[in-house]
Amino acid sequence: MTVPLLRLSGITKSYPGVRANDDVSFQIAPGEIHALLGENGAGKSTLVKAIYGLVKPDAGSMELNGAAYAPSEPRAARAAGVAMVFQHFSLFEALTVAENVSLGMEDPPPQRKLAAKIREVSRSYGLPLEPDRLVGDLSAGQRQRVEIIRCLLQNPRLLIMDEPTSVLTPQEVETLFGTLHKLSDEGTAILYISHKLEEIRALCDGATILRHGKVVGDCVPAERSAREMAEMMVGTDLTPPERRELTPGAVRLEARALSLPAQGQFGTPLREISLSVRAGEVLGIGGVAGNGQDELMAVLTGESPTPGGTLFLDGADISGTGPAERRSMGLRTSPEERLGHAAAPDMSLTENTLLTSGSAQGLTKKGFVAWGKTRSATEEVIETFDVRTPGPGTAARALSGGNLQKYVVGREVVRNPPIFVVNQPTWGVDAAAAATIRQSLLNLAEQGSAVVVISQDLDELLEVASWFAAMNEGTLSAPREVAGLSLDEIGLMLGGGDAQDAAAISEAENAQA
Amino acid sequence: MSVELLLTALMIASTPILLAAIGELVVEKSGVLNLGVEGMMITGAICGFAVAVETGSPALGFIGAALGGAAMSMIFGVLTQFLLSNQVATGLALTLFGLGFSALIGQGYVGQVPPSTPKLDLGPLSDIPFLGPVLLSHDLVVYLGLALVAGVWAWLRYSRGGMILRAVGENHDAAHALGYKVIRIRLAAIAFGGACAGLGGAYLSLVRVPQWTEGMTAGAGWIALALVVFASWKPWRVLIGAWLFGGITVLQLNLQAAGVKVPVELLSMSPYLITILVLVIISSDRRRANLNAPAALGRIFHAAS
Repeated sequence: MTVPLLRLSGITKSYPGVRANDDVSFQIAPGEIHALLGENGAGKSTLVKAIYGLVKPDAGSMELNGAAYAPSEPRAARAAGVAMVFQHFSLFEALTVAENVSLGMEDPPPQRKLAAKIREVSRSYGLPLEPDRLVGDLSAGQRQRVEIIRCLLQNPRLLIMDEPTSVLTPQEVETLFGTLHKLSDEGTAILYISHKLEEIRALCDGATILRHGKVVGDCVPAERSAREMAEMMVGTDLTPPERRELTPGAVRLEARALSLPAQGQFGTPLREISLSVRAGEVLGIGGVAGNGQDELMAVLTGESPTPGGTLFLDGADISGTGPAERRSMGLRTSPEERLGHAAAPDMSLTENTLLTSGSAQGLTKKGFVAWGKTRSATEEVIETFDVRTPGPGTAARALSGGNLQKYVVGREVVRNPPIFVVNQPTWGVDAAAAATIRQSLLNLAEQGSAVVVISQDLDELLEVASWFAAMNEGTLSAPREVAGLSLDEIGLMLGGGDAQDAAAISEAENAQA
Repeated sequence: MSVELLLTALMIASTPILLAAIGELVVEKSGVLNLGVEGMMITGAICGFAVAVETGSPALGFIGAALGGAAMSMIFGVLTQFLLSNQVATGLALTLFGLGFSALIGQGYVGQVPPSTPKLDLGPLSDIPFLGPVLLSHDLVVYLGLALVAGVWAWLRYSRGGMILRAVGENHDAAHALGYKVIRIRLAAIAFGGACAGLGGAYLSLVRVPQWTEGMTAGAGWIALALVVFASWKPWRVLIGAWLFGGITVLQLNLQAAGVKVPVELLSMSPYLITILVLVIISSDRRRANLNAPAALGRIFHAAS
């Protein structure tokens, strides 16, 4: 047997109140694509940060190519041949592609040579990039290319990728996998973190599974089903959300040729968006991040005012109304950013409940707050959605991402709103919690509500939505019924990808028109 | 009143705010908002004045002013970068502290006359009509200000150090993840800003006025702050803005001297009115206002480990 490229033995790292990694050991062979699996908070991020020199483990040792390896900082890791593509892009929007690449290198060549090299390397790996463009103008897929090229220019021996596909269209994922296979053939090992088990089955040679900071098993992904791997991660059996046949009712929410100019330098304008949602229906809106989803969400919640005659609720024009007015009319929303947008970070859950449910629910009376009622309303949310928290008095900031997400969605859903709009309902939420949230959306529709789900997770949309529409550069495609829609067709609707897809997209659009 | 005299006076009047503003531009490009420019300027004014009077050397005075301003900025640096205090509140406190502190040191210096700062003498060149007096016969600090603008511009644009500074101001978490020392870089930028503000203050007390009076910066630090936004974080625009605001100050003084029937109060507030007007105009278009603002400006950096 050959010497493993990277060997971890007994890595342990504790934070106050939590042991993020507990005696973690595994190894990666040269050229191997190795998956690291686990729920949120299972310790994957801490582990890769230790390998990349961002976190210093409390105990344990690492070996790279048989030699002791203990990077004190990312520079040392990079010098040793370890490169990382981050989950949240570590890019600078106001800088050019070449500058961004240069910042991630130890001895960058002069800008002009670097630009030529970026062109050359990016083309040879099938990830074309223009070095002089501002990163802020690029799509999420293109931004990821910048990160990958930045790593590749340093000829790494180990490439760490943290959730690389969550922002990509299926076509872009395919391109990426092609690149990764090519790298692996050249002898570069890849440590791959993802929640998408089907992708891991298709891509990875081996997998290590973490739960609560400990290694609970390893497997060859191609030999296991996605379900088996998910159950190893969670430690219990999983039930997928059920869905019953629904008969749609009257149109509740409708947008007619809604347009909005771009807000801010890196915003996306909305172009002639039309949609209608009927009672008992779930409209899923997919698309790669930054194609106008946030802007559409702001328009639906009432944060961005729109010209009259563009947005209707039960046939009444609500274009000029604000969020509070819309809430009292029965339109409830849950935005993507849970901390700071959906919830006030330093306020307790009880106070946060008051913020969206105040007047509509009788929690306030003549300007005074009924704290008792508010608290019990909060407790109801906590109980129904299994929010794990010491109590309703806890600050929103203190909850973990998944738990807070359950709270902000639950807070609206328990009111049984006739119309509910949610953006990224299960962003960064683990499998079990995601299943709870998705089931609650389906239940809501079943009770006769009109639901709009904006998400970048296609599997999620296919699971909950009855109709699917895609956002692309501020336009919304005509909705198609989810039943009978293939993943390839969806990819074309999303319209990202390369130039060769563009022809196919316009054909598809012509066919639809 | 000749155009020649007016332009000569303009070069001098614009220098203090130019120095302070170019320093603050570097600070803000690193993602730190230091509202204490006024306090650092006045500290520089008294430090420079005191050192120049005690040693008899204006050059040592300016060096002392730069050190004084930098030392003052380090109070801000330690508070905001290590103790993570709010930058706006700390900056305001720095201004108030600087005004009081300078008045305390300056008690013995009221009414004294500083040694005069020598002017550049290029012999026959300085005698060229118009160009000579306007451009070629100032003291070295005026040229230092112009050189700093060019230097900062070239450094931010072409050097790796400048690129790292912009990166830190754009996204400090990403810069940290790539292994750059965010706090160290920001402290260096803050110190540079403090030194520049100190120089600007000393230019007031040693050349422009030249004497020490309490609160003599009289809002120049605030104009310098406004100037950075006015210039949308571009060095050459800082220069244009400094000339514009310096020009208004000069014009206002000259109009008063010439006895033009315009209320004095209206003229003295004109730089501030124009500042407000310009700020409103450039921020009315969101796209333009955001165009160059460092994305991490004023945000507290806390390294997660």
